[in-house]
Amino acid sequence: MTEPLHPSPAEYTWPERGHRRLIGKRISRVDGPAKVSGKATYTYDVHRPGMLYGKILRSPYAHARIKSIDTSAAEKMPGVKAVHVIQGPGTEIFWAGDEIVAVAAVDEPTAEDAIRSIRVEYEILPHLVIDTDPQRAGDLAKPTAEEVVGDPDAAFQQAEVIVEGEYGLPVITHCCLESHGLVAEWEDEENLLVHISTQAVSSIPNQMARPLGIPAGNIRVKMDHIGGGFGSKFSPDRWGIVAARLSKMAGGRPVKIMLERDAELMVAGARPSAYGRVKVGAKKDGTLLAWESTSWGTGGMGGGGRPPLPYIFEIPNQRKQHTAIMNHIGSARAWRAPNHPQACLLTMAALEDLAAELGMDPLDFFLKNIALTGRRAEIYRQELQIAADLIGWKKHWHPRGDRSRGPIKRGLGLAIHTWGGRGHASNCDLTIHPDGSVEIKLASQDLGTGTRTGITIVAAETLGLPMDRIKVMIGDSRYPPSGPSGGSTTIGGVSSATRRAALDALDQLFAKVAPALNARPEDLEAVQGRIGVKGDPSRSMSWEQACARLGGMPLTVRGRNPGPGHLTGSGVGGVQMADVSVDVETGVVKINKMVAVQDCGLIIDMKTAESQCYGAMIMGIGYALYEEKIMDQLTGRMLNPNMEFYKLAGLGDVGELIVHMMTGPGYDERGVIGLGEPPVISPGAAISNAVANAIGVRVPYLPLTPDRVLEALHKKGGHHATH
Amino acid sequence: MRDHRPSDGRAASLSRREFLKISGLSLSLPVVTDFRVIRVAGAEVKIFGPGKVPVTLNINGKTYTAHLEPRVTLLEALRDAFHLTGAKRVCDRGTCGACTVLMDGRPVYACSVLAIDAQRRSITTVEGLMNEGRLHPIQRAFIDNDAQQCGFCTPGFVVACKAFLDKNPHPTPEDIRKGLGGNFCRCGTYMGIRAAVLQAAGMQKGGASHD
Repeated sequence: MTEPLHPSPAEYTWPERGHRRLIGKRISRVDGPAKVSGKATYTYDVHRPGMLYGKILRSPYAHARIKSIDTSAAEKMPGVKAVHVIQGPGTEIFWAGDEIVAVAAVDEPTAEDAIRSIRVEYEILPHLVIDTDPQRAGDLAKPTAEEVVGDPDAAFQQAEVIVEGEYGLPVITHCCLESHGLVAEWEDEENLLVHISTQAVSSIPNQMARPLGIPAGNIRVKMDHIGGGFGSKFSPDRWGIVAARLSKMAGGRPVKIMLERDAELMVAGARPSAYGRVKVGAKKDGTLLAWESTSWGTGGMGGGGRPPLPYIFEIPNQRKQHTAIMNHIGSARAWRAPNHPQACLLTMAALEDLAAELGMDPLDFFLKNIALTGRRAEIYRQELQIAADLIGWKKHWHPRGDRSRGPIKRGLGLAIHTWGGRGHASNCDLTIHPDGSVEIKLASQDLGTGTRTGITIVAAETLGLPMDRIKVMIGDSRYPPSGPSGGSTTIGGVSSATRRAALDALDQLFAKVAPALNARPEDLEAVQGRIGVKGDPSRSMSWEQACARLGGMPLTVRGRNPGPGHLTGSGVGGVQMADVSVDVETGVVKINKMVAVQDCGLIIDMKTAESQCYGAMIMGIGYALYEEKIMDQLTGRMLNPNMEFYKLAGLGDVGELIVHMMTGPGYDERGVIGLGEPPVISPGAAISNAVANAIGVRVPYLPLTPDRVLEALHKKGGHHATH
Repeated sequence: MRDHRPSDGRAASLSRREFLKISGLSLSLPVVTDFRVIRVAGAEVKIFGPGKVPVTLNINGKTYTAHLEPRVTLLEALRDAFHLTGAKRVCDRGTCGACTVLMDGRPVYACSVLAIDAQRRSITTVEGLMNEGRLHPIQRAFIDNDAQQCGFCTPGFVVACKAFLDKNPHPTPEDIRKGLGGNFCRCGTYMGIRAAVLQAAGMQKGGASHD
């Protein structure tokens, strides 16, 4: 590898507006043809010679101790190649669906038969799987110390209007369409090859090394495409280690374990619940004075997260206390924008209730208090105005409770959100071959966000080449390490590393060709497939002619993030508004229209950026209206570990959606910032607020199912006010 | 649980495959021969297996043969026996549409058809939609309108859209909302899919849909 030159940091910049040929344009994803034709290979599609199928016997009980395990019938079964007890007699089990025994067999039906033949005796222990009442949790409730900011007692004394309400959202699951899983095979005694559905190609080897007792460098991880992760696929998981063990027991034959749908929903990812009793106070003119919250939630035995309350609005006087409930459900995992959708609902719903009590339009109320949002106040102000125009807020908004005749009530609601999104650590090797071809290697992964496309755009833009001249290779741990795809950090990381690699490579290429053009390297530019002297079109040569001057050796340059120059940033603002109709006779909520106005710094690909926002709104409509991991306290089991009753939003459920990306001065110069998390934060709150505006009462808990809507109408809402 | 009885010996409900085997979904005459006949509720029912039987399928105009247990679904046969992995296994019980293929031109969930029952049918999978290496207009429209993110639901959606447009060549947006309700996407690509269907139907010129 050639050592890069070291230009001054000022040279590592993005092209100025007006000089961007590809960046920020609306470009189709480069792996689109592979995906629409069925040729894109996912982990679930990997088929290796001699491959065995692994299956796992799971605990039917939420809390139990294993008394005995009898695997003798399975071991004798023809076609069964390995049986591995994962948790043996005496082990305490903490959730239904936990792994007990694994088998590997020549085909799936045989593996299923083997699992069925295993006999396990359990001592059943008391369990808790519900989370709506912290009092019932006993020792499993872990309260944190009360936090006080300012003087909440005095502020509530001062407040002219105070509302109190209860709000919450249940545990939901990730429900990745491609379930978790892998194919593990020993290439020899010491080396393991793993095809795995993961958000973290570079960090899987290290996570598998210790349990398997081999160096991380002996583990190679590959993944071309992933069928969804959303925060749930950073670990090899216990079944990943088990697959490697089964493979070893079977003489190194590849073992494929992909979770069945029920296991996927029971154990492979859940978003923590959050509930809270919230009290907020303001002056009559709408000036926010005081916040008080008692909140709780669960993320299984891990206890879950703690929503940052109050969300975004730094109310000067606060008292808040949170209790983590540890209960017997499959463990929580990061779910797009961890803790933010929960904090957003608990805050934005309480503020909207307060605005309603004040008799204020919530848009005016938010604008009145916008300074409390801190350094992004101006972004929110701009976004609120744009969103209001796009949804027709001033025309369609009415005070709480649609007074029109008939059972269909229409309402508007809004919410605002924020997220970090600075680019993660990333290494990129960019190679220019003497024949002019260009290849880029990163051990990154494309979750469907358009990572391959973003890398291609940046390299093509920088090198002055068409996109089809750039070959991007990701998804192999043998490539230079790149960060896990979580927390909206990927696009900032890979685009910055690629930009630095391409700029350095160009510098070195310029040095090789400058003499032939009778110019200094710093006077050259790469545009439209040629390298030439800036401002003098007569002195140039084709890209191929230039690359031929590299001689026999390809030029490889390593680009890194973080690194010199300001290429990625952090901290975005977004606003969403929802227009809903509610049938007060049936309780059914319909989305008429939703608007997302979002900032994410410099946008690499407008088309896939917009897709992130549309997709996040749709996922948000799902958890606002339909999704809930329903746990049965009697049996300790999940009642809906399937896709009939764990409901996702369908194509007909999402209404009209509008996305507006903030670009231009004030946004582009902040650098590239990630977008996966922010737009999924606001939908629950915006839709809940719109429903309250429509029917005149608050439905306290998501999802806003017909029974909850009818119950709220019957009870006349979940909040009350004092003046 | 999928084909999975609780191991503590308590009674399990009827599994999906057992249901398929006795539910009368198998109307065509399978070409396999090793069956026996029993009488159920006064009718004669052919029983295949439980061992492997020869299964011949016509997929994308080609003939494929394998020895499969009668409980093997069409989806498992496509993916595991014939390595046609375009159709995806997701819910595995006829809810999500990710495994949609055409059987005699009509869309079916391949997870809910037994392979032995798919014999003598003409099966088209997403792999069969391309013509001499060229993308089908629906596939082109999916790319143009970014009707995919992770892409796992995409093959099923593409096939469902093909079947939908064959039946409704000039759909309204309302037709699309109703007609494509049998497939789920987790990333949330429905805006792109709606626009792609309109583009493919020739009702909208190419390019981005929602700008």
